[in-house]
Amino acid sequence: MKRRRRMSKPFCREDWNHETGNRDMNTLFYMASFVAVLSTVLAISRLNAVHALLYMAVSLMAVALVFLTYGAPFAAALEVLIYAGAIVVLLIFVVMMLNRGPATLREERDWLRPGMWVGPGILSLILLGELVTVFFQTPEIGLAGRAVEPKAVGMALFGPYAIGVELASLLLLAGLVAACHLGRGEEPKKSGEESEK
Amino acid sequence: MFDLLWLIPLLPLAGFLTITFGGSRLPSAAAAVIGVGSVSVSAVLSFLLGGTFLLHPPEGDAHVQFLWTWMLVGDFAPSVAFRLDALSIVMLWVITGVGALIHLYSVEYMRGDQAFKRFFAYMNLFVCMMLILVLADNLLLLYLGWEGVGLCSYLLIGFWSEDPSNGAAARKAFIVTRVGDTAMALGLFLLATELGTLDIQTAMARAVERWPVGSNLAVATALLLLIGALGKSAQLPLHTWLPDAMAGPTPVSALIHAATMVTAGVYLIARTHVLYSLAPTVQFSIAVIGGVTLLVAGCSALAQKDIKRVLAYSTISQIGYMFVALGVGAWQAAMFHFMTHAFFKALLFLGAGSVILSLHHEQNMLKMGGLWRQLPVTFWTFLAGGCSLSALPLVTAGYYSKDLILHEAWLFRGMGWFPWVAGVIGAFLTSLYCFRMLFRVFFGEEKTHVSYRPGWRIHLPLTVLAVLALVGGFCETPEWLGHVNLFSRCIEPILPAEAISESHAGGMIFFQVTALGVPLLGLLLAIFLYLKPRTVSTNRFMRQRVVAQVRRFWLAGWGFDALYDALLVRPFVWVAQINRNDCVDRFYTGIAWLNGMGHRLLVLTQSGRVRWYVAGIALGVAFILGMVVAS
Amino acid sequence: MMGTIPPEHGIFLAILLFLLGLTGVLVRRNVIFMLMSLEIMLNAAGLAFIVAGAAWGQVEGHVMFLFILTMAAAEVAVGLALVLRMYHCFKTLDVDAASKMRG
Repeated sequence: MKRRRRMSKPFCREDWNHETGNRDMNTLFYMASFVAVLSTVLAISRLNAVHALLYMAVSLMAVALVFLTYGAPFAAALEVLIYAGAIVVLLIFVVMMLNRGPATLREERDWLRPGMWVGPGILSLILLGELVTVFFQTPEIGLAGRAVEPKAVGMALFGPYAIGVELASLLLLAGLVAACHLGRGEEPKKSGEESEK
Repeated sequence: MFDLLWLIPLLPLAGFLTITFGGSRLPSAAAAVIGVGSVSVSAVLSFLLGGTFLLHPPEGDAHVQFLWTWMLVGDFAPSVAFRLDALSIVMLWVITGVGALIHLYSVEYMRGDQAFKRFFAYMNLFVCMMLILVLADNLLLLYLGWEGVGLCSYLLIGFWSEDPSNGAAARKAFIVTRVGDTAMALGLFLLATELGTLDIQTAMARAVERWPVGSNLAVATALLLLIGALGKSAQLPLHTWLPDAMAGPTPVSALIHAATMVTAGVYLIARTHVLYSLAPTVQFSIAVIGGVTLLVAGCSALAQKDIKRVLAYSTISQIGYMFVALGVGAWQAAMFHFMTHAFFKALLFLGAGSVILSLHHEQNMLKMGGLWRQLPVTFWTFLAGGCSLSALPLVTAGYYSKDLILHEAWLFRGMGWFPWVAGVIGAFLTSLYCFRMLFRVFFGEEKTHVSYRPGWRIHLPLTVLAVLALVGGFCETPEWLGHVNLFSRCIEPILPAEAISESHAGGMIFFQVTALGVPLLGLLLAIFLYLKPRTVSTNRFMRQRVVAQVRRFWLAGWGFDALYDALLVRPFVWVAQINRNDCVDRFYTGIAWLNGMGHRLLVLTQSGRVRWYVAGIALGVAFILGMVVAS
Repeated sequence: MMGTIPPEHGIFLAILLFLLGLTGVLVRRNVIFMLMSLEIMLNAAGLAFIVAGAAWGQVEGHVMFLFILTMAAAEVAVGLALVLRMYHCFKTLDVDAASKMRG
């Protein structure tokens, strides 16, 4: 038998090894997390709203990859679908609606001076230090090692957490009604007076 | 029969309440009837009760009617109880009898006054409080009456409150007597804590048991109660309020500041005389104070121009006599003089009121004159009262009571000559100023015309009091004049006659001559100076610089007002001026200011900006986590 | 098919993303950027839940993530409607313009 050349890409290997699979997953995690952090930093510091939102979308997709490495494919799918797919798109729509052209860029430049970063930066660093200390004081939690099946999530949602689902649907309904009412805009006053007469 | 005792103070109280709550719905005539009627019925009751008591004295020479226990604090349980004994009967008869006459008089005197009803309400309240004072079996209840009469005195002196000087006079009376009241309260505290009770008889018995003669506690308590008595009875140094209290209507002066309230101090000392026997130094000082007061007041009365001020100083002087009697241990003499003084002093005040009313509220004696033809009833009754005041011999009540006092002072002269000497000089002065007043008002040429003739409501009390002022003394005559001792026998169980050493009984002839002659001397000098037209040399003497200065000094009441003003009032006003911005208040306003500052600081955090609030939340989280990390 | 990354690393990533979102909220004045940063924070919280779920091997983490997602969606919808209102009212997207409740 001819020996097959080992390909560098792990997913194309036939005699896929569990260990190397894991090692590849770990590498994926670190790469994805690096991308997530970098794109988040870029997202919050852009002047152009659309650029920022696009960077945010990248960050969300990187986080989806992280979900994957933690054995949560369903969550990864949801993240991409709803977060990156719906929420960010909604934000982009609104930005497009409220776009005032070059004036916005000038405004943003005025508002985002370098000096603004100092205070929040220090605060965040303090919080970072504290949170890290708190978290890494706790004893090691090991990984359970199993991926969570979508089926199991579904069973849980329609089983013990059915009430949560109902409440979530109520919340969505409330959000729908609120957005509908608030987003309608004011009715012209003349028609209002006429309708009263 | 004796169970009706509680009605005697209650009836005037009911009168007060009815008139007060009747308000404007009550017609003035009804208020007058209620006012006079309540005191008159009280008078009838007290005569009945007193008469029954004196004819058939009950066991222990006293009847105590217990009403209820006032309070119960540990061992201290003062009770509201009324005590009827000979001493309180004397006081009762005077207060209700003279009071009823004065109430009748004031119906006519205060006629047409806007606050007619208020006057009778206050007068009734006063009579009620005074009756509580004299009937009280318990020093706490006595203090209640004491304060009550002080209040009524304030209300009545400042009765015509539109004039601010009346209010000032009322305040002065209240504040000066307050000094005395505070000392008396301290004395009561001392008695209550040391002896455990304020019931008079029990307290006196325990004091005799526990306190040796001359002990510090006895001296302190006696002194404190004495200061209280000085304030209420207007003796030195707390006498400055009485001349100014003449700003009130004349019936008020007659009732309160002549017959009853000012004698409350004398009554207090007489009631607690056991205590004073335990503190002989304090007792002698009573005599000294009384003697000095009667001289100072007598001289001041000589220089006054206002007829009521003469009578006010005269009252101070006569109470000085009562204090002299108390000081030398002659308790009975003091109460006897109180009784006769009530008669003639009330009479003099009412007569003066009649003159003032007739001359349309003219009070300056130098503007009066020649009234003896125009106001005959007033003149004769005033003459009777004046003779009684001057203690003209034999025919007047004042003679017998003053003679008794001077007699006791004479017997006392071995231990101190001052009381008797002061008494004699005082008698001379009394006669002098009394007849000066009489001659100035009723004789000489008429300077102000009579515009009003008094009616029967004024003449009747005057007549009754005049009769009493003349014959009232016959219940206690000296040995060589019939030796009637009705008064002393009745009051003996309560106020024993102190046995003064009889070895000083010598020199009685000298004593009697002075006692008889001194008032007549005063009368003669008064006739010479004030009735007959003055000779040139007299005029020149009177116009001397020194004499004029002395007269001014006496007119100002020996400068006590000026002294107190410089000593007490000015420093107080000065301190109040310095503290105008009230440094004590700064502390409290400072707290408010701090709060305001804190508020303004905190308001800065409410900038309305969302990011600021988020930062606040983040800071809070950082803080809490920091605490978690640090622990 | 999952990796063997220790949960602490995942949590650390979540913390980082959360604090970056917080910084974004504090720094930016434009309302849209604030909303965006809020979404980043919510996403970080969801990540933490997933990591915890993976650590315990239980399904509750995923359920919680789902609820967070739902809530974030509703919130964004309503929030953007409010942003539209605000723009209509103040004619600007400056969040400091809506600071009348001060003092």
